[in-house]
Amino acid sequence: MPLQAIAFYLLAFVTIAAGLLVVSARNPVHSVLFLITAFFSAAGLFVLLGAEFLAMLLVVVYVGAVAVLFLFVVMMLDVDFAELRQGFVQYLPFGGAIALVIATEMVMVVAAVATNGAASRNALPNASPGGVPNTEAIGRVLYTDYVFFFQLAGLVLLVAMIGAIVLTLRHKPGVKRQDIGKQVARTPKTGMELVQIKPGEGISE
Amino acid sequence: MTFSAHFTLVLPEIVLAIAALVLLVAGAFRGKVGAIFTLAAVAALIAAAATAVLGPHGRAFGGVYAADAAATYAKVAIYLSSAIAVVLGDRWLAQRGDQKFEYAVLVILAALGMGVTASAGDLISLYVGVELQSLALYVLAAMRRDDAKSSEAGLKYFVLGALSSGLLLYGSSLIYGFTGSTHFSQIALAAAHGGAHGTGLLFGLVFLICGLAFKVSAAPFHMWTPDVYEGAPTPVVGFFAAAPKLAAMMMFARVLGDAFPAAGDQWRQILVIAALLSIFVGAFAGLAQTNLKRLWAYSSIANVGYALLGVAAGGEVGLHAMLVFMVLYMVDVTGFFACLQALNRGGKPMETIEDMAGLIKERPGVALAMTAFSLSALGLPPFSGFWSKYYVFKAALGAGDVVLQWAAVLGLVGSVVAAFYYLRLIKSMWFDAPAGSVDAPSPSAQAVGIAAALFSFPIVLVALVWLDPAAKAAAAAFGHA
Repeated sequence: MPLQAIAFYLLAFVTIAAGLLVVSARNPVHSVLFLITAFFSAAGLFVLLGAEFLAMLLVVVYVGAVAVLFLFVVMMLDVDFAELRQGFVQYLPFGGAIALVIATEMVMVVAAVATNGAASRNALPNASPGGVPNTEAIGRVLYTDYVFFFQLAGLVLLVAMIGAIVLTLRHKPGVKRQDIGKQVARTPKTGMELVQIKPGEGISE
Repeated sequence: MTFSAHFTLVLPEIVLAIAALVLLVAGAFRGKVGAIFTLAAVAALIAAAATAVLGPHGRAFGGVYAADAAATYAKVAIYLSSAIAVVLGDRWLAQRGDQKFEYAVLVILAALGMGVTASAGDLISLYVGVELQSLALYVLAAMRRDDAKSSEAGLKYFVLGALSSGLLLYGSSLIYGFTGSTHFSQIALAAAHGGAHGTGLLFGLVFLICGLAFKVSAAPFHMWTPDVYEGAPTPVVGFFAAAPKLAAMMMFARVLGDAFPAAGDQWRQILVIAALLSIFVGAFAGLAQTNLKRLWAYSSIANVGYALLGVAAGGEVGLHAMLVFMVLYMVDVTGFFACLQALNRGGKPMETIEDMAGLIKERPGVALAMTAFSLSALGLPPFSGFWSKYYVFKAALGAGDVVLQWAAVLGLVGSVVAAFYYLRLIKSMWFDAPAGSVDAPSPSAQAVGIAAALFSFPIVLVALVWLDPAAKAAAAAFGHA
């Protein structure tokens, strides 16, 4: 138990610290790297809960795809983050008020849950129902009860992909592409031209 | 029920999904769209319609998908209308040298989404179906990406469509929160034992209706329609105005008839107001339009109003009226846009009322067809528009509700106002001096237009003999979630 507690507090601390650094780091690339750290430690928290499938999903999807995509966007698009940060002081009272409202709501929810005892009932939802590992449990539900929705969602993504290609892909004429088959099939006949040059005249274009 | 038995129920969707994937791969490797490609897409849609008719009835995947008479009725209409859209659109894009194989694939996927919404038995399948259909339609609207108006249409449709999806989801989450289920049957049970949950549930219902009204372009959620219709490619507009409208009306019927029969008094008020607003917005705003695509956008808003009046009348009679109305309207609107697409002058599309001046002397066939559609939209007997309105008004008057009876009277007034712009189009075609030579129309578009006009009158008189019982059986299928 103490080992788990130490792991929990360590991971929780790293998650929160990394989250703070995401918004406060000056360099946007550092922000994204801290975001990845936050995702990693959140995945660790999931492992502690026994939800290893969600943990791996977080690493594969968020770290592997989403965060790397962010990194690409940050590095390839010339976003002026200093300009985005302008007016921070100006909007501070308004933003602070919203933060206060949200913080109050959170305290109220926690208080209500603590007094009504929902926390004790739902504190640790069983991540492995019926003794089945949760990866298998999710798979069983996803591919039996929800197979229809699952396949339809796949088609929705396919439509999104087709749409993006239809609306943006342009076949430019005259683009030189590597065709290895063509390169290998070259013979001296097709690749070379023998020219007889008369002295002093050079090659005509 | 065995696991594979579920899949025999969703066979129409499977046929379409496989066809879309195969065509996508074939198109990606071949790159060209030939007659065979178009033919294969049409064949897939017709095969899906056939499996919908011949397939077994029942509920699949624990009731989230309903294969019943209503779903069959809607699917046949949707798939056939999509098949026509594939033919017309491919020709139209080919004429402009902008042919893309993705067009047919997207139409098939949109039809698939519409079919799913038509047989939705659960809020999740409703939403996923809506998204599948809407995403494909956004791309279709912006298909001609180098055309500023087409891009504008796509973007406007996308932004407002996303907003309406948000409303739909918000309503769904409220309903789920207050009933504890996304299943229509469970929601119906919870709504019947309303009590303390009543207000929250009604909030969710109102948001859901707002989201659906956006999709069906009923006033006051109609703002996107004229702009999108004006900018999108003409055959795509013909598709927009037909199949998705029926799919959205089916969603209304599913949600209100299957999940909220107990809250009838509440949603009836909303629908009557939305219906009357649509009828009057369509009638009065249409008066100021000169562009025919915009004009027909307002006309479609008004027609959606009549269909909603049928849903508001409720029960088997009301839904029966709505189903007949929508199919007759779909034929008319498909034919009208096919005619519009067939008409070009000097390579430029003829889209305004002035362009149509003297059309009867130059292209008598197309002009006669467009006259038939105008008279039908006006509701003149014996054209199909008269019969469709007849069903709706009969249902509204027979519902035994004073509000609905007054709504029917006001609806009649609205159709008299709208008569002005239909008659103005006819006057322009028949009595104004021709402005110049019209290009030879594309044979397929002209054929579809004239066939639809012939359906409008006299085929409709024969067609109603089998359309009427089919719609009646379909209407009887609601409320058994």
